[in-house]
Order: sequence, then structure tokens, then C-alpha cells
Amino acid sequence: MSATDPTALTAAAAVAAIEDGTLCAGELFEAYRAAAAADEHNAYLWVADGAPEHDATGTPLAGVPVAIKDLFCTAGVPSQAGSKILEGYRPPYTATVVQRLAAAGAPLLGKTNQDEFAMGSSNENSAYGPVLNPWDRTRVPGGSSGGSAAAVAAGCAPWALGTDTGGSIRQPAALCGIVGLKPTYGAVSRYGMIAFASSLDQAGPLTRDVGDAALLLRHMVGHDRRDSTSIGFPGEIGVPSAQRLDGIRLGVPEELSGEGIEPGVLAAFHAVLELAEELGANVQTCRLPHAPHALSAYYVLAPAEASSNLARYDGVRYGARSEDGGDLVEMYTRTRSEGFGAEVKRRIMLGTYALSSGYYDAYYGRAQRVRTKIADDFHAAFERFDFVVTPTAPTVAFELGAKTADPLSMYLNDYCTVPMSLAGIPAISIPSGLSDGLPAGFQLAGPAFSENRILNAAFALEQAIAFDPTPARSGTR
Amino acid sequence: MIDREQVLHVARLARLELTDDEVGRMSEELSAVADYIEKIDELDLDGVAPTTHVVEVSNTLRPDEPQPSLPREVALENAPSVADGGFRVPSPQAG
Repeated sequence: MSATDPTALTAAAAVAAIEDGTLCAGELFEAYRAAAAADEHNAYLWVADGAPEHDATGTPLAGVPVAIKDLFCTAGVPSQAGSKILEGYRPPYTATVVQRLAAAGAPLLGKTNQDEFAMGSSNENSAYGPVLNPWDRTRVPGGSSGGSAAAVAAGCAPWALGTDTGGSIRQPAALCGIVGLKPTYGAVSRYGMIAFASSLDQAGPLTRDVGDAALLLRHMVGHDRRDSTSIGFPGEIGVPSAQRLDGIRLGVPEELSGEGIEPGVLAAFHAVLELAEELGANVQTCRLPHAPHALSAYYVLAPAEASSNLARYDGVRYGARSEDGGDLVEMYTRTRSEGFGAEVKRRIMLGTYALSSGYYDAYYGRAQRVRTKIADDFHAAFERFDFVVTPTAPTVAFELGAKTADPLSMYLNDYCTVPMSLAGIPAISIPSGLSDGLPAGFQLAGPAFSENRILNAAFALEQAIAFDPTPARSGTR
Repeated sequence: MIDREQVLHVARLARLELTDDEVGRMSEELSAVADYIEKIDELDLDGVAPTTHVVEVSNTLRPDEPQPSLPREVALENAPSVADGGFRVPSPQAG
């Protein structure tokens, strides 16, 4: 850490430095604004002009700015969800979670690039070009919150907001060597988040370390009367401080920790398990018998919900409209055909097919029952274990273009993260180590509303792993 | 197998217009994904209740009190075409 470069500080350290008077919030904002504007990873779609006028002195986050995924509505600021169909859209209101963070003293730094409507695992589905991985610019950052992950990894943001539907926070966090947490469904308001699959979407933090994830999440959670599925969080998110894991029981599901996982990723995962044992944890194999079917159920449920959510983009109330003329239905059809990208069309088609007459029971009905079985598997596992742990993603960051021709191979990126999404439970990804010079992720999941315990366990592991993130910030690759 | 005819039917339901090339590609890609999805047919799911939502909250009610909503001009600000204080659309009959 150098006194001349405030962006070297973690967000929590920056808050402390501002509070004790050694750092000025305006200077910090300007340093990040300049870094974001000069970013070479295409991580940002919009960067703030300058620090906000109101003074953040005395607020809990002290003016440390936050980068926000494009799909969060921010009043007067472009919010396009990475899509051409929302080109130029400046919402008249701000998402609850963004408002909460601003009220806590974290102003908007910029809007980050993402896969269109959060559909993707590589950020190559953005209408505004792919994001590059700061560890190796020939590779993807993961997705769909790839811009948020790359911005944090490259040091162009102190921390960022993302959303996770089937792994969209955890997988890019893993591929970029940072921390990403998907909270319990309902802990954070979805109001003002441009919807993908409403029963799965959840906002969460992408940060440099576990302490920052706890601090940001602390100011995100809470009930919101404008989101009828919001619950809030019982109690408060605390500051993680555990040094040991004595008596903690970690279950390693054999279905998600063997076949299909790259050897280097698996080696890093096993090294973390050994560290966990050294810290006093009890590591045992467990079973999630229905987990191998989670991805199948997910690719019915999420596209089905998406096909319904995306019906609103019709060229009438906001966004782009086809110039091509014709009658009303032709205008709808042309607007949607011109405005949506290939992956979004594919998911709308898949969802519409699954919900169409004659197929509903076979696809949607069955997938909803599989979802019940997957949640039951986790309930059973948590009777014997405190946490379930897996590699976050089956591979490290892959080359740009490597999987774009085969949708199914792209979908398999979420093999280890989708089961937790379907069960609505919280899960964190922390860097487990490197495989061929690229970061891999370690995922730790717990029962609903166990975020404090998850953060504590992840904190203890993080200290023991001592992952070095500096290659991503050197800007040489 | 999702054939070309089914692709065209679903595209019509979804208000999407696909080029001839897209129809062929979509038929192949959707068929591959559907084959993968159909793995869930192996499971015995008799008597299993469906999960629509993981959160057990039902009928979230609020007092029925009038609240201010978006002013009309703000609601219209993002519209591609506006007329007489409303959203302007092409005629349903034209063309």
C-alpha cells in the first residue's frame, strides 16, 4: 500500500483511512474515476463525471464509491442491461439496493458491462462488446457480472454490485480471482433490478476480500415493501474475524467435486480442504443426489421466467423501436428481432417452448419438482454439515470465443453454482489458488440466512490461503 | 428434436422473426439443449410437490392507500414515440 495510490486499499481500509483523516473521500473518488475511465478491459459502460456534491462524512461507508452492474436501474444514468433493446434507456427511478448503498455513503462510480440481460457465463453476450479478464486479456472474465468482477480485480473499482441467477456473481469472481457472494434469496430487494428470472435473481457483492464483502452486504440487505418477495435479513451482517474452523463440518458433495472439473481447479480445491483441516475443520464426503439434474431444471425454469419477463420489451414504453414500419404486431416483432442478441433469443425460444401448450407439464412442471428435490438434498446435507463446499466453476478462465459456438458447453460453467440458486441458499466464492497462472474459486454454501457464518468461515480460509491478486492489477497482460 | 416447423411456431408465440439461417441453427441448438434437459425424465417425481418460489411468503398485502405514482411526463420520457400525452403505436390494422 502506498500513500500516493489510494486505490491500493481495500474498501474497508479506505473507509478507515477516511475516518481517521489520512485519506480524503473526494481524492479517492477521483482516483477511482480516473482508473475507471482509463480501464482497458471494457469493464465499464458508463463512468461518473465527478464526485457527488453531498458530503458523505459520518456515513458508514464514508464516500467509498461502488461500481454497479448495468442492469440496476439508476435514475438519469444509462441502464441498458447490456442490451441493444434498452439502448439510451435512462430510468426515472433508482433500484432500492443502489439507493441503500448511496444512503450509507457509497456513491455510484460507474455502470459495469455484463452479458445481455444477465444471460451468459463469459460476458461475450454483451451488446457492447466482451469484457477482458485482467489476468489474461485473451480470456473471458466469466459472466454475467463480468464487468463488475474485472473492474474489482483490475483495481478500477474498490468493490462492485452484481447479480446472480445461476452463478453470475460467483463464477466471474472465481475466474477473476476475487470474492463474490450470492445472498439468501429475499435478503436483498430486487426492486429496480432489470429482471431475468425473478424466482432466482439476487444481488450481491463482488469484492477484493471477505471483509469487504461483509461490509458491503451489511448495507445491502433489508426488507423492501416494493419487492413482494423480499424478506430482509434477521439481525445484522457482522465483521468476520474467525481465525480457526474448529468443529466446523464441511461436506464435499461427490456429485460436484469430481467428474467434469479441470484437474488444476480440483488440485486447488483439495489444497484448500487440507488447509481447512489444519484450521480444525472436519471434512467429509456428502451426497446431493439430485445435483446432477440441477442444470437441466435450471435451463427450463430460468428461460421460462425470462420469456415472460422479457415480453415487456416491445418498443412501446422505453428502449429502441424498429424503424421498419408495419402494423403493431410487426413493430413488436421487428423491434424484438433487431434488439435482442442471439443468446437472449435462444433463451426466450427455449422458455416459450417449455411453457407452450402440450409441453408445460413435461418441462416446467417436472423442473419445479426437481427444484424441490434439490432443496431437500441441501436440507438433508445441512443436518450433518455446517457447509457444503465445491469448486466454484469447473475451469479457469477460458479463451475468448472458445465456447460461443456451443451453448451447452457454455451452460456447463454453472454446474456447481446452479444447485444453490435453485435452493435459494447463500454461497460465497473465494480464490482457492492458481492453475496455470489463472485463478480458481472455492465455493462455500450454507443454509438460508447463514451469511454471517459463511463469511466467518470464508475469512478464516482466506487468511490461510493468502491468495496473491497482484498479477491482475499490474496491467501488463 | 425440435424441428423447423416447431421453431417457427414458438418464434411466432415469442414475437420473434428469425431468418432462414437462424431457424436452422435454432432447431439444432434447441434440440441439443432439450436433449440435455430431458435427463430429468430419469427421475421418479411422483408425489413431489413443485417449488415455484423458495421463499415461503404468500399473499403479501399492503394497505390499499393511494400513493403518488410517476408523473405522466416522466413516464413518457423514455418512449420511442408519444402523442397526446400517451404512448404512440402503429395501428393494429395497418400494413
